[in-house]
Amino acid sequence: MTEEDKSLHNTTTSSSQPQSPSLSSSSSPLTPSPPKSTTSPFATEAVLQGKAWVFGDDINTDIIMPFRFKSRTNDPNEMAKYAMYGIDPDFHKKIDKGDIIVAGRNFGGGSSREQAPVALQYAGISAIVAESFARIFYRNAFTIGLPALEIPGIKDHVVQGDRLIINLGEFTVTNTRLGHLFQAKPVPDFMKKMLLDGGLIEYFKKNQKFPWS
Amino acid sequence: MNTSSLTSPQTDDSTNKILNDNSMTFAEKAISIKSRQSSSQSTNHNHSSSRLSMAGDIAVVNVDLAMAQDSTGPLAIRSLNEMRIDKLYDPSKVLLVIDHTFPAADEKVANLHAMMRDFASKHGCMLVEGSISHQHIMENLAYPGMMILGGDSHTCQAGCLGAFATGIGSTEIASIWASGEIWLKVPETVKVILSGNFNKGVFARDLILDFIGKLGEDGANYRALEWTFSDDTTRRGLTIDSRACISNASMECGAKLSVFPFDNLTESYIADNPRKTKENSTIEIHPGTSANYADEINIECNRIEPMVSGPDHPDAVQSASEMAGLEIDQAFIGSATNGRIEDLEIAARILKGRKVHRNTRCIVTPASVRVYEEAIRRGYVEIYLESGAVFTNATCGACVGTHLGALGEDEICISSSSRNFVGRMGALSSKVYLSSPATAAASAIEGKIASPERYL
Repeated sequence: MTEEDKSLHNTTTSSSQPQSPSLSSSSSPLTPSPPKSTTSPFATEAVLQGKAWVFGDDINTDIIMPFRFKSRTNDPNEMAKYAMYGIDPDFHKKIDKGDIIVAGRNFGGGSSREQAPVALQYAGISAIVAESFARIFYRNAFTIGLPALEIPGIKDHVVQGDRLIINLGEFTVTNTRLGHLFQAKPVPDFMKKMLLDGGLIEYFKKNQKFPWS
Repeated sequence: MNTSSLTSPQTDDSTNKILNDNSMTFAEKAISIKSRQSSSQSTNHNHSSSRLSMAGDIAVVNVDLAMAQDSTGPLAIRSLNEMRIDKLYDPSKVLLVIDHTFPAADEKVANLHAMMRDFASKHGCMLVEGSISHQHIMENLAYPGMMILGGDSHTCQAGCLGAFATGIGSTEIASIWASGEIWLKVPETVKVILSGNFNKGVFARDLILDFIGKLGEDGANYRALEWTFSDDTTRRGLTIDSRACISNASMECGAKLSVFPFDNLTESYIADNPRKTKENSTIEIHPGTSANYADEINIECNRIEPMVSGPDHPDAVQSASEMAGLEIDQAFIGSATNGRIEDLEIAARILKGRKVHRNTRCIVTPASVRVYEEAIRRGYVEIYLESGAVFTNATCGACVGTHLGALGEDEICISSSSRNFVGRMGALSSKVYLSSPATAAASAIEGKIASPERYL
């Protein structure tokens, strides 16, 4: 058992009473939801639900959003048509709104292109759960209000089509098929606030300052 | 040497204290000097309420230069507009570069370029067209100790001059343009100690490909790489151009920063390539001798061979001799990773008096207008054209598959550009193998992957 497996094991066993699907699908989150922005189409819900799309390790930004498409538009809805193009050019047609990506190590490696998380978000993806994220992609996801949860070992506990519930207040993921709850790595408070407000732009519009100011 | 000159607002007693601190890495010093505050996230030190930031802390730093290029700038401008911000904090610290699809390959790109020109004109910020941003920053703007953020992952190239340089996304760049600052988590640092010198046919690109192969493509994720030398012979053997290649390509193992701390080569480079700003704002940052490192890696340069990486993953590395014989459709020499004059010189030496294989296209792309002019002056362009190669303007075009060398279905390219991800240079079924310019040039002649020694 690797160190990561151990930490995952500890996490799952430490939540002695895994949340039942019916409980966690309740619309009332465990922690109060902050006021939501009314202007963003992606003002992040405190509890998200969706079916899982499972990918492997090292899903890089050129796979998520090829350069030659992203460099020819500034329209997020156009970017969405190329989400995950490097694996399946028709991926954007197969997603149901709210679906969740589950992936292995180093999701979003490579380029700084914010168009990568934007394409996923506008294609309907509501969150990404991965064993680890590449640095810039992780920042960009929070910046645009797309939840990115880091859970070492998660890929071994989710199969394609599983229904997942994400509690953004607690930063947890529940696999309803297994009834298991997984704790994601914590993030600084200001990042979480920004995320719950729907991203950096919405945060700024609401507060007239940046979260780190 | 105008070290820590009075022109720098941070030059004060506390800056000198940081510079002289023996327990801090380069990254810790660079961030601390530029930070106005630090919130301690770690418990392994006692600096929580001061300006000092140690690995794991989150600091808010003043940014000296915030750059976006033509595939990240339009989105940054859009974000700024959405926030209804119409005034920049300091236009003299804002740089827009049109380099990726330059000159515009079609009307969609042309419209986005026009948007950038309008923005630069309205705000009076810097606008550069036709040189790759990282090379332009290196040749004209970067100072040792500078805090440089770029909307481009390879912004880390400026680490070759002892600057703190890293990439972020468009909207965060927009927030710097508006406020002059950004948050950074202070990275842990891996110290790399180089010794020995390269054998014939081996170059900086081979070193970094070999390094990435061993570390893995996320082996330095969130971490800083600090490159040091065991002795002066090794130090002198790695020119600033070579350091630029290493700093740039370090992104392919996820590094947040890849820095060569200030030394006499840095000093000479800055003197030979005068900065565009009037004041010399060099801050010589030397890591402390008792700093804490997450890891320490020793590399013997004389043990490295010509390397090839690919396809699809930068850490899929083998020696060029192991890969030799694989037929190619295209050889690409250039880009920000390997489009400097020393790279073009090697390509010219190999291609001189020889012909590119009839089944292979060979494309040479300099990293900047300055490199372009120097290649003409030295007669390299004539050599390329006589060999049957194409010499393009400075652009990221082929490297990102947008123009001037894109690949069709199932085509194979050996390339000195930055990445070999699936579909990076064109069709999803095309394959990219990364190598030094020398290996790419030797392969162009043979029409298949070839080690360069016999051509040198």
